[in-house]
Amino acid sequence: MNVATLYGLCAAVLIGIGLYGLIVLPHPLRKILSFNVVGSGVFMLFGALAKRGADASMSADPVPQALLITGIVVAFSATALAVALVVRVIEVSGSATLSSEAPAKGKPETSGPS
Amino acid sequence: MIATAASAGLALLLVALAVWTVVARDALVAISGFIAYGLLIALVWVRLSGIDVALTEAAIGGGLTGALLIGAAARLRSTEAAAHAERCGATTRIVALLLSAAVTLALVLCVFALPHPAPSLASAVQDNIASTGVGNPITAVLLAFRAMDTLLEAIVLVIALLGVWSLGPDRAWGGRPGIRYTADPNGILAYFARVLAPIGVVIAIYIFWAGADHPGGKFQSATLLAAMWLLVQMAGLADAPPIGRRSLRVGLVVGPLAFIAVGFIGSFASGAFLSYPDGWAKPLIIVIEAALLPSLTLVLGLLLAGAPARESSK
Repeated sequence: MNVATLYGLCAAVLIGIGLYGLIVLPHPLRKILSFNVVGSGVFMLFGALAKRGADASMSADPVPQALLITGIVVAFSATALAVALVVRVIEVSGSATLSSEAPAKGKPETSGPS
Repeated sequence: MIATAASAGLALLLVALAVWTVVARDALVAISGFIAYGLLIALVWVRLSGIDVALTEAAIGGGLTGALLIGAAARLRSTEAAAHAERCGATTRIVALLLSAAVTLALVLCVFALPHPAPSLASAVQDNIASTGVGNPITAVLLAFRAMDTLLEAIVLVIALLGVWSLGPDRAWGGRPGIRYTADPNGILAYFARVLAPIGVVIAIYIFWAGADHPGGKFQSATLLAAMWLLVQMAGLADAPPIGRRSLRVGLVVGPLAFIAVGFIGSFASGAFLSYPDGWAKPLIIVIEAALLPSLTLVLGLLLAGAPARESSK
């Protein structure tokens, strides 16, 4: 098994683990963390594809790798925005719940993806 | 053989750390696992021949994201116990497990079904890289062949920062973000910040300049500069700037604006937006990178600092 296939399979497992955490964990911060695990798995899968694009002149395809650098930076900015949203929701409502059944302090809770 | 075994061991370690970040009960414990995970992913990028990506992942994936999440977890500690109380039931868990396993299985099948030979743009980059004047193919893709992506990314970062700022309370608009850090001025943290920050700045400038021909570039350099800036803030040696400061706002947009200006130069000089006139590619790329460096540094540092929380002193 070559290195691209190995990390392609590893990425598939990481995406599955992150997806499970994203669904099951109740705290929004843990959902953000799990979503980052999914994201890193997607990036790794893309990186494995870049490695498969190696030819005589280069050890990997530079086009997907450049897009990955862009992607990692944008993923960080999205994480920062998501964290700021969670902090604000908790400041305003006093609770970290995303459940629509348990409104905190009598305020209407807007549940949303994190 | 040894290299294959090392790769397989790294993959197993990553899977174990990913499970750790999901099953750990305490958020800070999960995040510490995630930081180690981010650094190990950087090693995977080295194995996948992506040194530029490895530098970015180590700096942003492990470093800045980890710092951001630790800061948030420390602030949200009091809400964790309530979240444990609303853990989902066994049925939801089993369905989630089945769904995740199905997604993984589908991706595994896709990995085995990939076409041979793999499609690649490596030879196209190799044939055209001489016209850009830079030696690092990643830099050539980021700033010449796919410059539009990089321009949009620089704009997206500023928009994300505006989103974070807009989440602050109204009375704090224009004020300083986050908390004022205090540390013992003779303590080890302040000493560390005084000694490490100048070294970090020099390394960042080297990575920036070397990025033309070797792994490195503005993203990695800006992340390092932002980290040094945050270290100085956390050691209490400097405070975060008020977000209403005019020079700060100019610094935030100078990179994207210079990038767009260079794009329009291309429209007039060679007939297409973001195309470089013959012989001018290298100087224009340096202009864009030099303008993006301060903007990216400020955006990354301020994204981590968060929404404005303290009232403007004016």
